Amino acid sequence: MSVPELTCKELVEVVTDYLEARMPAEQRLLFEEHLAFCDWCQSYLQQMRATIHLTGTLREDDLTPEARDGLLEVFRDWRHR
Amino acid sequence: MTPGTLGGTFLSVSEQELLGALRRGDEQAFITLVETHGASMLGLARVYVRDRAVAEEVVQEAWLGVLRGIQRFEGRSSLRTWLLRIVANLARTRAVREARSIPFSALAGAELEGEGPSVPPERFRGPQDRWAGHWATPPEPWNRPEHELLSAETRAQIVVAIDALPERQRRVITLRDVEGCSAAEVCNVLELSETNQRVLLHRARTKVRQALDDYLTTSEHQQSP
Repeated sequence: MSVPELTCKELVEVVTDYLEARMPAEQRLLFEEHLAFCDWCQSYLQQMRATIHLTGTLREDDLTPEARDGLLEVFRDWRHR
Repeated sequence: MTPGTLGGTFLSVSEQELLGALRRGDEQAFITLVETHGASMLGLARVYVRDRAVAEEVVQEAWLGVLRGIQRFEGRSSLRTWLLRIVANLARTRAVREARSIPFSALAGAELEGEGPSVPPERFRGPQDRWAGHWATPPEPWNRPEHELLSAETRAQIVVAIDALPERQRRVITLRDVEGCSAAEVCNVLELSETNQRVLLHRARTKVRQALDDYLTTSEHQQSP
């Protein structure tokens, strides 16, 4: 098998460009070609996706009821300005 | 209809209606806006001021600014971007006031330059190798069931990793990946170029992945006797 043009070391540096769809078409082709043959880089990309997904679960809930009441007060004061 | 084509506004029809109602003093319109955008505004405030109570004050101050400025708001940005920018400006000022002791400018400069590679170079094969630049120590698949990945302990690792990031990386990943903002919104709110936003996001995500990897692969080793 021939050595792919894009190395694993290079791939990990451009993984965000790939995920953000900010990659020129030729580079994207090399990237996807590499992935097709490299289980390790597939794992890496998969872990990157899992990281993004898990980070998304940290989103905190809404304002506390007290904060919400505070905002309503701000609103009512403003309305009666 | 593409935003921006109708009377030079980025607002959807429902947003225009909501703003119209708010200008007339409609409390329900205000509640709807708070419910839609309140959590993101708080999330953004906490990117600058970590203390929740202080961040809530910033959000309150921001809403007051929104109400005072509502007659002048012309919809040249999306409603959400406008709200987030107001929060960012107030929170930035507040953060500078609260943290005078931290040399803020000293931290900011180094973040775009001078960082090492995403993965330690010794994990790749050296230049003499036919497979130079390919994995020598490849990543181990995490192979964990979803519920384990979503456990409180795993998520706590992410929180710790994000807290340890340099300021700008922390802001970008919090807005993009925690709050779910778009790249364009983050560039606008944090006043970053598109490229810099992406570089900061890449560094932040790379470090969080590494922290998760360290945690998931060591605790796996501990499980086997």
